[in-house]
Amino acid sequence: MSSVDMNMHILIVDDYKTMLRIIRNLLKQLGFNNVDEASDGSAALQKLRDKKYGLVISDWNMEPMSGLQLLKEVRADSRLNGLPFIMITAESKSENVVAAKQAGVTNYIIKPFNAATLKTKMTASIGQF
Amino acid sequence: MKAQKGRKSGRGGSGEDALRAQLETQLSALAGLGPRAEPAEITDAVESVMATVEGDLSAVNLKLYAEIEALSRFIAAAKSEIASVRPDEINTEHLPTATDELEAIVGATESATNAILEAMETLEPIGDELGGETGRKIADSVTQVYEACNFQDITGQRITKVVGALKQVEEKVDTLLAAFGEDAAAARRERTAEPKKKQISADDDASLMNGPSAPGDANVSQDDIDALLASFD
Repeated sequence: MSSVDMNMHILIVDDYKTMLRIIRNLLKQLGFNNVDEASDGSAALQKLRDKKYGLVISDWNMEPMSGLQLLKEVRADSRLNGLPFIMITAESKSENVVAAKQAGVTNYIIKPFNAATLKTKMTASIGQF
Repeated sequence: MKAQKGRKSGRGGSGEDALRAQLETQLSALAGLGPRAEPAEITDAVESVMATVEGDLSAVNLKLYAEIEALSRFIAAAKSEIASVRPDEINTEHLPTATDELEAIVGATESATNAILEAMETLEPIGDELGGETGRKIADSVTQVYEACNFQDITGQRITKVVGALKQVEEKVDTLLAAFGEDAAAARRERTAEPKKKQISADDDASLMNGPSAPGDANVSQDDIDALLASFD
């Protein structure tokens, strides 16, 4: 029995359109069809404030607002601070992971990643589905 | 003459007094020769005085002057060598070309990745319709292709880093060009005056290997190639 609302809206954030397309397709395979996209942190923040989302999956390295800045903004916003936030990034140094954790990231996926890893991290972040 | 004496006195020392006395003696001797004094005799007199002056310099000073002169020659030679390799070409030709090529790689891989994804997006629902073992195999394969397409993002990020490094090199070369500005400018003027003539022949394999054409270059289609080949018939 799934404890997750499969109709939840998920926001994916990346400045590479190809990457957005890949993540969207993988989420569709996992059963999530309500997926919105943003190309950087500031555009994502606007969407998060305009609509209710159940999960954010964000890249780190974006301009003008990075994924880490987006995470900090989300955690500083009383209406958004409980939102599950997964970082998907090529930034694999330990200091990056530590900084993201200190900023309140829910989970962290290193690029390149596979569908199984995405599902595992999503399950750990939002529950079994 | 009075002022000259005063200046000499200012520098002081019995050595200078002796030098002045020697010069006066030699000039008197020359005056005795009248208008018939030969240039060679005057030269001998001056060289004799100069030899005395050098004798007054310490050995340390002479060595120091020699070192400075050698250093000066070394710097001049280095400037000349750097100018001869035409460092300005690095910024005006090599680096822009490298950057364009790298950006072309990003564009080409992105385009190819999108084409692959589009094909998979077409295939995926067909697998769902088929169902069963065949449908499952198709779904698994499509997932693997999605996963493999991650490479485009990683490639793009790595190349962006390389482009950043090239820009740093460009800045350093700019600094170098500023330091050796006149020599580099001279080399540039020389090159402008004598434009390069690229001789291409069928035997010159290296000059024919230009690689893929860059975006914006006049691309030749397969039809153009066929027409060109046909024109030889």
